Amino acid sequence: MQLPPALHARLAGAPGSAEPLPVERDPAAGTTPFSFAPRLVRFPREHDFFEDGDVQRHLYLQDVLTQVGGAPERPRRPSARVPEFTCQVAGCCQVFDALEDYEHHYHALHRNVCSFCKRAFPSGHLLDTHILEWHDSLFQILAERQDMYQCLVEGCTEKFRTSRDRKEHLVMRHLYPADFRFDKPRRSRGQDFAVDSRIIWRTDFSMGDFYKALSISPAVPGAAEQVLAEALGDDRAPSEGDAMEVCSEHVEPSPEPAGERRAYSHRIPSTICFGQGASRGFKSAKKRNKHQ
Amino acid sequence: MWSRQRGGLKPLRCGVEQLRCRRREREAALRKARREQQLVSKRLLRDEALEEAEEGCVAMIFGEAEIQQFLRLAQRGTEEKEREGALVSLRRGLQCPETQQTFIRLEGSIRTLVGLLTSNQALLQLEAARCLHELSHSEQSAVVEACLPATSYLLTYLSGHSSDFIELCLYTLGNLIVESEAVRRQLLPQGIVPALAACIQSPHLTVLEALGYALSQLLQAKEAPEKIIPSVLGSTLPQHMLQLLQPGPKLNLGVAVEFAWCLHYIICSQVNNALLITQGALSTLGLLLLDLAGAVQRTEDAGLELLACPVLRCLSNLLTEAAAEAVGGQLQLRDERVVAALFILLQFLLQKQPSLLPEGLWLLNNLTANSPSFCTSLLSLDLIEPLLHLLSVSNVVLTVLCNVAEKGPAYCQRLWPGPLLSSLLDTLAFSDTEVVGQSLELLQLLFLYQPGAAQAFLQQSGLQALQRHEEVAQLQDRVHALQQTALHG
Repeated sequence: MQLPPALHARLAGAPGSAEPLPVERDPAAGTTPFSFAPRLVRFPREHDFFEDGDVQRHLYLQDVLTQVGGAPERPRRPSARVPEFTCQVAGCCQVFDALEDYEHHYHALHRNVCSFCKRAFPSGHLLDTHILEWHDSLFQILAERQDMYQCLVEGCTEKFRTSRDRKEHLVMRHLYPADFRFDKPRRSRGQDFAVDSRIIWRTDFSMGDFYKALSISPAVPGAAEQVLAEALGDDRAPSEGDAMEVCSEHVEPSPEPAGERRAYSHRIPSTICFGQGASRGFKSAKKRNKHQ
Repeated sequence: MWSRQRGGLKPLRCGVEQLRCRRREREAALRKARREQQLVSKRLLRDEALEEAEEGCVAMIFGEAEIQQFLRLAQRGTEEKEREGALVSLRRGLQCPETQQTFIRLEGSIRTLVGLLTSNQALLQLEAARCLHELSHSEQSAVVEACLPATSYLLTYLSGHSSDFIELCLYTLGNLIVESEAVRRQLLPQGIVPALAACIQSPHLTVLEALGYALSQLLQAKEAPEKIIPSVLGSTLPQHMLQLLQPGPKLNLGVAVEFAWCLHYIICSQVNNALLITQGALSTLGLLLLDLAGAVQRTEDAGLELLACPVLRCLSNLLTEAAAEAVGGQLQLRDERVVAALFILLQFLLQKQPSLLPEGLWLLNNLTANSPSFCTSLLSLDLIEPLLHLLSVSNVVLTVLCNVAEKGPAYCQRLWPGPLLSSLLDTLAFSDTEVVGQSLELLQLLFLYQPGAAQAFLQQSGLQALQRHEEVAQLQDRVHALQQTALHG
């Protein structure tokens, strides 16, 4: 099929077209026994007309056809092995020898991290929800009067009075698993305040230091103790039952007397280390009490 | 890490004849599947470089005990490398259907795998995801549906940032989606459409291509027109798709192919094409057509027909919408470069993929049917002769010629003289009633609008050509009418 040589030049040229020729129809055109009339044709989904093209498409999907585009088009990252290096994020000692491995580690564990309690989340959306529900005192106040717990599914605008109601909605409406790991209710024990994280990492601070570190004074007298306990205790590290974030060791859930599933151990993940001399792990207030 | 290995079988392992044979078998299977409306294909992401590095271990069949051991080690091992290694071994085993079956029947296995998928060890997450991916690719429904407990997490991870991980989740989801309506009935309420809408804003091409794949699978579902397409149209997905199809230096072919197919499935379902038109679909696709025509001239790129096909379909179907008329004035769709581009593509298809020629001609029909402008372009760009060359491919060529001729004497004048007459005499020699019928229609128009056409026809033994069909039921009346006109004016 020979194309006129000027055609390629025309394609490369400016948009536009020649003035259309005048249309002038004779009423006799297309009359019996003739029947031609110009018609727009449309084909629906399952029409046989599409068979050939569909088959080609699927051959491509099944990798039987060559890939689309030559090598330069195909974005491909080499699996580069590099000399061992350590994650530079404070408190993390993970070692890597490939850049892609590091990329995923960073995004999974350090990208969406709560600056208050250091929990890591898989997405910015879940992190924002967490901060709102766990660390925003205004949220708690408002939640007493109106539905504040937002559904976790992006695009769903429903809000709920309690996190339990929200969970029920997630299970019934969105078919989420009942033990969805990114929706554990926060055990409500008063206000959760923003705390200067540097002080908390040390195991030897005093109450005086703690007050100095507080960016917000406790609204309720005596709550400092409680906050401290919470701060040092289970809330400080991903722990049983109340963590809405990437969990630490996942252990096969054992049947609990209360019927509540405890899916996480108290152990601090081995990827977190707290600097020289620090013991690995917190002595939680709760545990301390038990031992005394 | 996990980069996709494409390109089919390695030449070392299979001879050329074997490859061709395999392709023929696959093609036959796909045609059969399509006729039964069971056209389903999955993608498997495997990093062959990675596998070679793992020192040529062949996928093994593992028994229960071995699987349990791997899982235990992955979950509770003390050394990270040990845990990872256990999952890698498991993943290799899961390349085997037998191991897959054993795995899903083992109590707690999926639960453990999901736990590892959501653990705080990034590399364990990745390996667990790869295991799930192998399962998702299985041909056994039971194996695929065993992955269902993981879907809420796969969707959650789409909002993350790790592009390789997201790519993997997307291909896994794509495989799950095509498995059955039951799977989709879970994924839809779990928010797959909003999750994809959020994810489509990723800057990573690998993620976008994977997303396009997953979305195309979703849109191809049988229940899509009622249950899926409306919510897709209601989301921001169409705008982003159209953006990704904009021609220019940023256009990536692999990504464009996926989203062009997505658009095709939406458009041919005829749910709300007017909305797409208001979002600029006609304009974008028109420009893309021009770009494609430019590309086929420049490169010997394998695969441009994979993009051409859905683009041709989308344009053709959109042109039938009433809304298309309304915006016609503003668009490229008055631009004669569109006709030039189409012919360049037709030439390309003639060499590369002749089976797609009817689709290109379909677009030509829809462009010319009600458009004096495009009919004029066909004439002024000297495209009648190339068009006649395609007569043997499809009688839509005759329909297009009729589209031009029926617009009156000014048009017929430009059709005459030339090769048209001899081509028509050729087609009259066919026995196919359809073809002959169309030729007769064209002749009537030419006799009506072009003085001298009838004369020339007679001189070229046209009457004899007509005589052949005098007894054919569908053609008789028209044959006689033409005979009368030719003889008596």
